[in-house]
Amino acid sequence: MTDVKMADVKTEKPKAPISGGVATAIAHDSAAKHVAGSARYVDDLPEPKGLLHLYALQSPHAHARITAMDLDAVRAAPGVAMVVTAADLPAANQIGAVFKDEPLLADGLVHYAGHPVAVVAANSIDQARHAASLAQISYEVLAPILTIADAHQAGSYLEPPQKMARGDASKALKAAAHRLQGQLAVNGQDHFYLEGQVALAIPGEDEDVHITSSTQHPSELQHLVAEVLGVANHAVSVEVRRMGGGFGGKESQPAIFAALAAVVAKHTGRPAKFRLDRDDDMVITGKRHEALITYDVGFDADGRIEGIAFEQFIRCGYAADLSLAVSDRAMFHADNAYFLPHVEITSFRCRTHSVSNTAFRGFGGPQGVIGIERVMDDIAAFLGKDPYAVRCLNLYGGAGRDLTPYHQQVTDNVIGQIMADLADETDYAARRAAVQAFNESHRWQKKGLALTPVKFGISFTATHLNQAGALVHLYADGSVHLNHGGTEMGQGLMTKVAQVVAEEFQIDLSRIKITATHTGKVPNSSATAASSGSDLNGMAAQAAARTIKNRLIDFACEKAGVGRDQVRFEANRVVIGNEEISFDALVREAYFARISLSSTGFYKTPDIHYDRAKHQGRPFYYYAYGAALSEVVIDVLTGESRVLAVDILHDVGRSLNPAVDKGQIEGGFIQGMGWLTTEELVFDADGRLRTHAPSTYKIPAASDRPDHFRISLFDNANKEATIHRSKAVGEPPFMLAISVHSALVDALASLADGPVRPCLDAPATPEAILQAIHQTGLGAVGMKAFAGSLDHG
Amino acid sequence: MPGTVRFYLNQILVDVPVTDCTQSVLGALRYGLALTGSKEGCAEGDCGACTIVIGALENGRVHYRAVNACILFLPELDGKDVFTVEGLAQKNGGLHPVQQAMVDLHGSQCGFCTPGFVMSLYAHYLNDGSFDRQVLKDVLAGNLCRCTGYGPILDAGEAVGRQLASAANARPEIDGAAQRLAAIRRSAMLDITVPCPITGVPQHYQAPRNSDELAKALMVAPDATILAGGTDVGLWVTKQHRRLQHLISITAIDDLRSITDDEKEITIGAAVRHSDAMAALAALHPDIGELWRRFGSVQVRNSGTLGGNIANGSPIGDSMPPLIALGASITLRHGDQRRTVPLQDYFLAYGRQGRTPGEFVEHIRVPKIEANQHLRCYKISKRFDQDISALCFALFVHVVDDHVKAVRIAFGGMAATPKRAEHAEQALLGKAWDEPQINAAMAALGQDFTPLSDMRASADYRMMAARNVLYKAWLELSGTSGPLRLVGPGADPQAMVGEAAHD
Repeated sequence: MTDVKMADVKTEKPKAPISGGVATAIAHDSAAKHVAGSARYVDDLPEPKGLLHLYALQSPHAHARITAMDLDAVRAAPGVAMVVTAADLPAANQIGAVFKDEPLLADGLVHYAGHPVAVVAANSIDQARHAASLAQISYEVLAPILTIADAHQAGSYLEPPQKMARGDASKALKAAAHRLQGQLAVNGQDHFYLEGQVALAIPGEDEDVHITSSTQHPSELQHLVAEVLGVANHAVSVEVRRMGGGFGGKESQPAIFAALAAVVAKHTGRPAKFRLDRDDDMVITGKRHEALITYDVGFDADGRIEGIAFEQFIRCGYAADLSLAVSDRAMFHADNAYFLPHVEITSFRCRTHSVSNTAFRGFGGPQGVIGIERVMDDIAAFLGKDPYAVRCLNLYGGAGRDLTPYHQQVTDNVIGQIMADLADETDYAARRAAVQAFNESHRWQKKGLALTPVKFGISFTATHLNQAGALVHLYADGSVHLNHGGTEMGQGLMTKVAQVVAEEFQIDLSRIKITATHTGKVPNSSATAASSGSDLNGMAAQAAARTIKNRLIDFACEKAGVGRDQVRFEANRVVIGNEEISFDALVREAYFARISLSSTGFYKTPDIHYDRAKHQGRPFYYYAYGAALSEVVIDVLTGESRVLAVDILHDVGRSLNPAVDKGQIEGGFIQGMGWLTTEELVFDADGRLRTHAPSTYKIPAASDRPDHFRISLFDNANKEATIHRSKAVGEPPFMLAISVHSALVDALASLADGPVRPCLDAPATPEAILQAIHQTGLGAVGMKAFAGSLDHG
Repeated sequence: MPGTVRFYLNQILVDVPVTDCTQSVLGALRYGLALTGSKEGCAEGDCGACTIVIGALENGRVHYRAVNACILFLPELDGKDVFTVEGLAQKNGGLHPVQQAMVDLHGSQCGFCTPGFVMSLYAHYLNDGSFDRQVLKDVLAGNLCRCTGYGPILDAGEAVGRQLASAANARPEIDGAAQRLAAIRRSAMLDITVPCPITGVPQHYQAPRNSDELAKALMVAPDATILAGGTDVGLWVTKQHRRLQHLISITAIDDLRSITDDEKEITIGAAVRHSDAMAALAALHPDIGELWRRFGSVQVRNSGTLGGNIANGSPIGDSMPPLIALGASITLRHGDQRRTVPLQDYFLAYGRQGRTPGEFVEHIRVPKIEANQHLRCYKISKRFDQDISALCFALFVHVVDDHVKAVRIAFGGMAATPKRAEHAEQALLGKAWDEPQINAAMAALGQDFTPLSDMRASADYRMMAARNVLYKAWLELSGTSGPLRLVGPGADPQAMVGEAAHD
């Protein structure tokens, strides 16, 4: 009876839904502040009285012993308040996040060119820098291990080579009808977040210090700073409202600068800021891991893989940082979206005298994926088939074709559908024919086309990290203070989580205050990383809101004498039996009735486990899928290239915010495109980075994005019970850009009349492409006359 | 007041003390004036996060330009009409149309680069520019974003354009600017001396108002650093951390800002900004226009001057190859004495030019292209827009009766200075304009150059690409090869997409 009545009421008086609930494409919460310049980043905060500025003195050598260090002139320079060396650190000279192998300041030995050996704190950054120039430091230069080849030859690894295997790869390889070997070198990548690393430390009473940092991982930073200071975790509080980009580069790296600022602040009693300029940031902080992938693949006459063996060589730099987990993820994604009946992946974690590489969007996944995509291109080139057909043939799906190399069953597979839908929507066959026709009629320009898939595993592979906390206060006026352990780096996490809470309470988003992440509010949080931000924090915030909501329901039941099923939260109001009351009024009444209106919330991802010794288990809660079709053109005379068109179909589950998700897809793609085309890290023979600013390191600019750039969301509710059945979106789209690299390979293949296996490393700079053209022996007439001049590298 | 500069900052007249002649405008805004909306992303004029808009009264008109505040010295603001992102707030508390469009179209993610994009769009709005998508890409080439992939930002720009098509472009903030700025114009040359905050050594900054004052100032201080926009000198301070003791700025000199055009040549004053020289240079040949489109970015072209680029003599400065190929010359002035030298002879060695102490570049003369004369320029870099050349090539060739009557080939990035390829030229001069001769000239480049390997390209690539661009120029001029360009004149990448019917 009641239900019918309610339904009738609804039909008679349709009421507007809340504004800003889930699945709405609302703007980023800070958008209006971003455009007005009023969104504050760490360096924008008013500078406290007596502020000291820090500057790091860096080693010019990649590997050396410090034989003498005379810093008297530095200490005596005008404005200098303190000079910190390893010997001056109060407790621990250690900033390693996972393994304790990373000294905060070089102690006796320097491990990379740029390694901080001392820090100068002065009244201004100019004074600090000037003082640093007065240092007298002598080094005994030692032979460095710089490259992957050097490290492999010297057996310089962070841990013994790891093996992940299923079936019998070597037997399958021998039995296969066709067999190919090849390799692919993939350079690293600088994060190039627009806001450089920065931390501000303000000394408090007792042992306290408060740190404002641009960090993705405030809790770990808190713990590491406490360790360096030799104080309890409770003495250190860390706050971050927003970052000017992170991309993984602010997961472990910010601790270095926060710890040094904290040391200075506690020692001098003055506030201390450590802000790196672009050059120092690029030299001192870790990057995406450079990798060399070799493969040995056996396949049948159609191109279906029967057995495959990969070797992945990962350049980790001088310390572990997150490199073991990154290397693990490269193994997890060596299959990408393809079923490999017999597979063996061997991973070498190379230790080199270079900056310790770190997390970067995809976290090893891109290096794994590009390896198998090269295999697909290679098989297609060898058989003279369309690479798209070879890819489709090898996708997961069909009887007995659902087990990954790490023995996780793929139960939510939609990649076949995505590939087919995208090919259909883009009229792939016609596009292929048009490219072929173009190439037949053009001698000096060649086009290429590639449609590549992505399957990306979602969860931290270290199981314990898959937890999150939130704190929600409901104030007596019905407005909400929202806090959780996730951090905002532009990805729209704060907006999405606020949407979840608005949905839960059924109140307008404007009623919810987004607040800075703070270790004093939510402790022991995991990094905002692994694309997990909204999966974890959305669930935790929902749990917190639900706890308060349940108290309100209990209160309403008691007040009105109705059952719980007769209390409903509708847009900005609550229906209690036959009564209706505004949300704010109910909250006020609950306050007067002494109902607790604050709650924490907690979430841990269920059902995941992983045995790292065996490299087996279910490390991922679910997979996110997507596919991209890219069309490119190359200039055969100069090696220049251009991306002409991109079409994307991507699975974000039920989107929490389609505008934010599309932003992640496009931004991730363009960033991946930069990694594979224009962005080139160049180290010289002494291991010094030569590309440490945007004048020499070229991330994509506006004109590099083709006008033909289309993104569609694949309609697909997550099979797992994630927050509103959404899927993670931060990292997976990055790997869609591998279609660009494959398309360039396709263009190179078109230079030959018959099958040819182009060898193109990444990034595909004009030089790399011209070199690949030259290697095919298919250069221009003019070039052929001078064949042999380009035989370097 | 000595040691103080006076300018309008977001429509308010301010007097700002100069404590360091080479303090950046960005530093002064952020740390002195508490205007932290403008951000530092690179401190070298490459990322655009610090973009502000400056109005300058020049020859009676106020020109509004987007510039990078990070490499501009504070004294350069004297007498200007300056807008930062904070100045865009509307009277009713709302957002400016370019800001609103950025919000509506999801043009910001992390937001750090956003104020710079907003200011680039705002400058374009003030100048009543076209909001066509292709134009916007050039307008925003000097603004880097690492989050969005640029699509939403370009969409926002287009939305502003659509709005402007249906409503008048309201710009009350610049009404009467010429009078306002005229009123604060100095009656004498700006002349500041302050102790260097680090060393205590006196630091001088002077801004002569005409070239005679400049000539005199340089006679007094012949070793002073001439500041002609500062897109390179700025980096000496922000990147190399050099302490400059005496700066003489030429950007307040109206009489070095003229472009004259006669039948045979154009003459460009040394203080003409790249953005103002572009139209005249593009009129010489579309390839030159394209080269200048790719020259730095809007912000760099708005600060940098042609005279500065030449006088500086960088081996990778893009202005030199085409101007050398066209046979340009420069006039150098010392006191009241002038001499004219062919541009190609001005570059003596790496970092060394034929300019004596106290001498300055007054103007550049560029001959026009005549019948049967041809020009081709190509720039190769890792990124098409706002990148420094791995190599820059220019060919001038005069073909009569299928034979080469005159030829000049100039390269940047192939040697320690911008340099002509004399052996290659000899291989062509007087010979048939055909493929065998071109092949011979390509081979001869090996005698002309021993390029370096660096972070931009290897020596081998440079040599091979140099040969191939010469071949490409010949292919284009022979007119039988079909399209050869990925960008610039003759290239239309969107039309190249297969199945264009889907668009």
